[in-house]
Amino acid sequence: MSEPTPIAAPRRASLTPAAPTHLNADILARARQLIALYPEARSALIPLCHLAQEQDGWLTPEAMVDIAGLVGVTPSEVLGTASFYDMLHTEPVGRHVVAVCTNIACLLAGAAELLEHAEDSLGIGSGGTTSDGAITIEEAECLADCDRAPCVQVNHRYVGAQTPESFDRLVADLRSGARDADIPSHGTLIRVQRTTGIEADPAAVAEERRLAAEARAARDASRTDGGAG
Amino acid sequence: MAITDPPKIVTARMGHDDSHTLERYLATGGYEGLRTALAKTPEAVAAEVDAASLLGRGGAGFPAGRKWSMLRKSPVTYLVVNGDESEPATFKDHLLVERDPHQLIEGVVIAAYALQVTRVFIFLRGEFALGLERVQSALNDAYAHGAVGRDIFGSGFSVDVVLHPGAGAYICGEETALLESLEGKRGFPRIKPPFFPAAIGLYGDPTVVNNVETMSNLPWIMTNGGAAFAALGGGRSTGTRLFALAGHVTNPGVFELEMVKTTFNDLINAPVLGGGIPNGRDLKAFIPGGVSAPWFGPDQIDLPLGQDEVAEAGSMLGSGSVVVMDDHTCAVRAAWRITKFFSRESCGQCTPCREGSGWLERIMERIERGEGREEDLDLLMDACDNISPGVAWPPQQTTICVLGPSIPSSISSAITMFRDEFLVHIKEGGCPYG
Repeated sequence: MSEPTPIAAPRRASLTPAAPTHLNADILARARQLIALYPEARSALIPLCHLAQEQDGWLTPEAMVDIAGLVGVTPSEVLGTASFYDMLHTEPVGRHVVAVCTNIACLLAGAAELLEHAEDSLGIGSGGTTSDGAITIEEAECLADCDRAPCVQVNHRYVGAQTPESFDRLVADLRSGARDADIPSHGTLIRVQRTTGIEADPAAVAEERRLAAEARAARDASRTDGGAG
Repeated sequence: MAITDPPKIVTARMGHDDSHTLERYLATGGYEGLRTALAKTPEAVAAEVDAASLLGRGGAGFPAGRKWSMLRKSPVTYLVVNGDESEPATFKDHLLVERDPHQLIEGVVIAAYALQVTRVFIFLRGEFALGLERVQSALNDAYAHGAVGRDIFGSGFSVDVVLHPGAGAYICGEETALLESLEGKRGFPRIKPPFFPAAIGLYGDPTVVNNVETMSNLPWIMTNGGAAFAALGGGRSTGTRLFALAGHVTNPGVFELEMVKTTFNDLINAPVLGGGIPNGRDLKAFIPGGVSAPWFGPDQIDLPLGQDEVAEAGSMLGSGSVVVMDDHTCAVRAAWRITKFFSRESCGQCTPCREGSGWLERIMERIERGEGREEDLDLLMDACDNISPGVAWPPQQTTICVLGPSIPSSISSAITMFRDEFLVHIKEGGCPYG
């Protein structure tokens, strides 16, 4: 089999990423700590998207440009990755994203009726946000809290099984700020910071990685199947 | 059959409100299993896990020891913990990460030592906000305690453990999709072969991927021995296992039960377990191992909770989640909702799954709404056959991963078991259950 014609190196290899301009100093410092935890910077892409949502409440185009520069990909690669994931919002959402699970265990406990009540009482459909920017409603897939069905999460915090009546009280509490202590505003996912960096000797890690890359190259070169895939 | 009283292997601390703290963990024998492991050779630790015959607790039930033995020798290898628990009605790992994060971390370090891995990633689904905070707190404390990091407990062994949050995608529970996600990409399952990341895994390097519950069993196995673990359960299904019971039962929850010795009947109806079906209703059907599994009817309720036993009966124990449906449940609606789930979560790489799941979901919905046609039943089965030829169990596969072949399970179960109900929907133009 003949060797495939080499194609040009990806354009991004020649691009020098611009310095971050949108993420604030605290978020940037934490982003750099996260990147240092991974052997390859791109692995921090999704954790950095969570961090950007902590700052802005959603994943803004400006934040995606900064993240791209930090992990060494193009902004469209950040968008292309982020758009795959339900928790990463590339459009603005409310301060409280209320997720109502309607999957099988919750369905059997009246979740479809609960979601209908939520939509009717708030005057929005699933995916919509109230005009005051307080509440976004989402129809969620299983959230792994099936013994408290129908399961509801607010900003990914479990709030226990809900009835239409308790749901109304929950919404009133969210609007008044009564739940702010236990439910942070949307985007803040992990309030506990890692206190330790990587403790392994950086030189030893780099040497391991170099040898591994050599081994991979040798393995790929020895393949006789044409190298597909 | 009876409900046995096995030792609590992974839920021993759940009675304490502070079960997630280092103080409680140390006061209840915490990190002793790790000390035992570090006093042995890595090979001896792996042999102990082999002796336990621990089957992976993620869903596929592959022997953990064999997975470890396949790890290709390489300058760098990785251990990745799969905590992307998203199979509908499965909520056991949720309990383990929130209520006993140190047990998970201890198990992870034991496995890292056996595999001689120097970096571990714990991938938790992003929706576990409290679980992520609990595991990160526990990791911080474990580093300070000397149980993770450099020169663990003075043994000379060092490993770094990194917590990685997911961002919401069922498919990332598939181990190669999880690795793609961990590399900062869309969660697209990788083409097989290689069938195991032990050959080509994270960044192309050899990687072992194990489930949260699998890891959580290791401290007990180190302290009590693999033989003591293997003495529990029966056949290939050794030890205890967490069963997540949901749906129409009086006491839904997670129960740690001895494999094989206990039956579905015990789990659903025993007063100390599920407590039976409420409101004086009867059992219509149950799903024995996550929504990818074919359904069982009341005639199969005496089956034991064992991997091979359930497989021989034509379904799977899978992720250990059991969903109970009472006789007021609409089978069409239940199967439609499960199909909608797969349609939403299909990653989109393979045509049979991406297109097929959407077709199936729309046909199921129109039947449930009373707008179906009698020929729709054949159409459904035909579309299922395109995704998984023969619509048999275990399923044939036309796709990169097993999400596709999981789609027909609920549809074919519902049609086979409750065909009359479909016909009533079609002929009477609506759902008889309202």
